[in-house]
Order: sequence, then structure tokens, then C-alpha cells
Amino acid sequence: MKDIVQVKDLTKRYDNGFEALSGVNLNIREGEIIALLGPNGAGKTTLISTICGITQASAGSVKVDGHDIVRDYRRARGMIGLVPQETHVESFEKVVKTVQFSRGLFGKRRDDALVEKVLRSLSLWDKKDSKLMQLSGGMKRRVLIAKALAHEPRVLFLDEPTAGVDVELRKDMWEVVRGLKEQGVTIILTTHYIEEAEAMADRIGVINKGQISLVEEKNALMQRLGRKTLQIELAEPVEAVPQALSHLPLAAEGGKLVYSYDSQSEHTGITGLLNEIRDAGLHMTDLQTRQSSLEEIFVSLVKEDA
Amino acid sequence: MNLYAIKAIYIFEMSRFFRTLWQSIVSPVVSTSLYFVVFGAAIGSRIDQVEGVSYGAFIVPGLIMLSVMTQATTNASFGIYFPKFIGTIYEHLSAPVSFLEITLGYVGAAATKALFIGSVILLTAYLFVDIQIQHPLAMVAFLVLTCTSFALLGFIIGIWAGNFEQLQLIPLLVITPLVFLGGSFYSISMLPPVWQTITLFNPVVYLISGFRWSFFGTADLPVGLSLLAIAGFTAICLATIAWIFKTGWRLRD
Repeated sequence: MKDIVQVKDLTKRYDNGFEALSGVNLNIREGEIIALLGPNGAGKTTLISTICGITQASAGSVKVDGHDIVRDYRRARGMIGLVPQETHVESFEKVVKTVQFSRGLFGKRRDDALVEKVLRSLSLWDKKDSKLMQLSGGMKRRVLIAKALAHEPRVLFLDEPTAGVDVELRKDMWEVVRGLKEQGVTIILTTHYIEEAEAMADRIGVINKGQISLVEEKNALMQRLGRKTLQIELAEPVEAVPQALSHLPLAAEGGKLVYSYDSQSEHTGITGLLNEIRDAGLHMTDLQTRQSSLEEIFVSLVKEDA
Repeated sequence: MNLYAIKAIYIFEMSRFFRTLWQSIVSPVVSTSLYFVVFGAAIGSRIDQVEGVSYGAFIVPGLIMLSVMTQATTNASFGIYFPKFIGTIYEHLSAPVSFLEITLGYVGAAATKALFIGSVILLTAYLFVDIQIQHPLAMVAFLVLTCTSFALLGFIIGIWAGNFEQLQLIPLLVITPLVFLGGSFYSISMLPPVWQTITLFNPVVYLISGFRWSFFGTADLPVGLSLLAIAGFTAICLATIAWIFKTGWRLRD
């Protein structure tokens, strides 16, 4: 698959000496959804702002479909749509007008049919003549997405698209984003919600202290780092792991035994464990397996870096 | 050249103007009428003529200039400051547009508004005094150039301003005094010699003098000098704006 955005050694140092990005390298593949995870102040927004032309890089380069964002900014920016984190809008403007404005600003001829299609896809069509100040926060964010899509970008940056949005609307937003992916739009989103990355992303990038510490396929990441645990509930509580089973990575927690294993390895040792439990004369009432979530993986990654 | 972007910005700015059209018309009409009542009727009746022109007519070009300069500056400065203030500037910065296109959009709209208001004042003046415009083409040219150059200045102020107070500061503390002291309501030949010389350092003097020449055919200063002054002022503003966009000063981190 072709890399549509190539970020090379990107560094952003502010006048006060603070380095928000320290040599970021990142290739984004055409058609994927990549989620950038990171704690507050990690550099997520700075990275997006620099790629989109809002912030000037101190060093390094970014190419969008082969076009350098500085030398060939017209073509590079023409391919990008940006949905910022804050819902800044022109309060007195009407929804449809502000979307048409965005299309014009990006150098495209007025196209009412396309604007209608975009507004309908975001369930905004019946609000097209509302003033922006009359809309709720979630609706405003949809308008920002509509503005970003008005010039038919091939790459869409969503900076925390669901921050401050209620659960139901968040799920709607996910549907919108999935729909865009189906149309072939490459999507880069930053998020605080690991759940969001888990639900949507093809790949996950972790950014911390201005550096990308990891980029990996979401599934591979979860499998590679995801430890599984098997919980065995016992009919009668034991205080410690029985002598006969002490050679296994087992822990006793009151009425249950907890077994940790790597779900990727060829021999998980589960069959042997169950046999030994039976041989030890213990009675099981229930079995549960649990995989660590992306959140746990993320927390452990960021901690390692600290 | 991204013509659609220029058009988008221009239409957006003009629609803001039309939303408040009545305010835009009423306030210059009222203030101009007040000037005519005070200067034209009350004081002007005691002044015979200035350079062969009745005092009421003499102040018309100065009055138009006063409003046009103030309106062009404040409209352009507000136009670009507002997106900075509410944060929608991100869209301009991330769009495939050059400084020239953004400037043309904002300055074009601000100049159009100022031109519109200038015309309204001229029409209002006809209600009070008899005016003959001797060089109508030159009059329009001076008006358009003044609107454009002061809109450019306003655009720079809007980018520079960090808050609303700073936005008001230059029009209030610089432009209004320069216009009042620039011969809007008097001929500089009426001043003592020392002040005549000092006045020549005020750039607005050249604009008002040239504009008045287009009305009455007489001027404090040669018309060529007036044209040169306004061209120079426009060039300085353009160069400043080019530098701003090249460095991203006050716009891009």
C-alpha cells in the first residue's frame, strides 16, 4: 500500500525552547485509519498542526502524496481536510454558507449538490439554514467535519473528534468516520479514548514527549502486548496455590486461581493446567479468560518511557 | 491564483456588512449631518470662503476622507482580527491560499465597504451644500486608492492586534488626529508658516489635498505629489503584509 503522508525527522521547537516534536517519523498509508494516542502535551495537536500548515516546522519535512507541504503547499494542502479540536465557528453564519465558504477557500468551484451530500451524510441537512450559534456542541463538531470535507480531501485529520461528545453521538461519529474510510479517505485521528482507537483504527501510533514511540497494526499490537489471563473459580476457597500446582504461573485470590499466559505462544499450558487442577482434586465452578485492553497496553507503554 | 478563495473571503466579509446594512448607512449619515450642522451652518456662516469655495462645500472632501479612512481601517482590521480571536483562522492557514489571496479578499471587502460609505456621505452632502466635482475621474481614483491603502493598513493592524483595545488604538490615536490635523476642515495655507512645514510630515495632508483638488481644482499641494504619496503609502503597506505572511508573524507559531 502506498504511503500518502510521509513525515520525516519533523521537529518543532518554540521560541521559548520547548520542543513539542523531536524528530517525528511517520508514514501514513493510503486508505487507512490511524489513531494517534498520547497523554496531554505529548505533541499530537502540534504534529497535526504542522502537517496542515498552521504551525511552521523547525526542521524535517512532510510530503502529502509526494508534494512537500512548504514548497508545494497548494497541492499538499488541497488534499488535506482538518477538523480541529476546538469547536471554533462563526456564530452568526448559517451552516450551509460556512460549508460553501470552506469549499471556496480551498479553491473549488461552488457545488451545491456536493455540499448537500456532505450535509446529509452528517445528518445536518435539516439544519442547513440554522445559525451556528443555535447548534449544540456535537452538532458544531459535525459542521466542522462538513467544512473539512467540503473540498473532497483525500486525507482527513480529526483532532480529538469526540472530546466532549456524549456516548450516543460518539457512536454516530464513529459510523461517519467508517463511512469516510469506505469512500477511500485516509483518516488520522488523535484521541484520549483508547476505546475509540480500539473500535476504529487499523493502526495505532503512540506519541509521547514529542516522539513516536510505536506504530503498529492494532490487532498485532494487542496480540503482541496483550497478556491473557484465565480465571478459575473454585467450589471451595483456597488460601494459597496448592503444592502440586506451584510450578505454574498461578496466583490464588480467595475463591479463584488466576493463570497468566501469552495467547500467541504455541503452548499456552491450559490443557496441562486443567489436568493438574483435576489431579489435585479441586472442583471448578467457572472459567473466564480476559485479554488486556489497549488502555492497559497504552498505560504500560507510556510508563516505560517515563 | 486561487480565485475561488478570494471570492469566498470577499463574499463572506460582505455578507457580514449586509447583515448590518442599516447601521452601516445610518451612522455615517448622522455623523456627517452633524458636521454640516456644526461646521457648515453654525461656524461656517462666520467664515466667508476658503480659496473661493464656500466653507460648507470646502469641508466635504475632508469629511469624506475622514470617514473613508476610519471605515477602511476598522473594517479591514476587524475582518482579519475576528477569525484570529474566535479561532477560525485555522482554516485560512491550512487552506491552499497565498498571502496575496487572503489580502485581496479582506482588503477588497473592506475597501468596498469604505467606498460605499464614502458615496453615502457624498450623497448626504448634496442635501446640505452645492458641490461641483471638476475632475470626477480623479475623484473616484483618489477615493479608491485611499480606501485600498487604508484597508491595507487596517489589515496589518488586525494581524498585529493582540486584543480589542489594541485594535481600536491606532485608528483612535493615530488616524483620527492625523486626519483632523491634515486639513480636513481648513486649508493649510491658513496656518502660521512653522505649522505649515510641520504639517507636510503628515501623510494625510497629501491625500486630502489631492482629493480636494479633484472637487474644486485648487489644492494646497501639487496633485502629482499627492498621487506619489498615496502610491508610496500603498507600497509600504503591501511590503509589510508580504513580510508578515512570509515570516508568519503573529499568525503561525
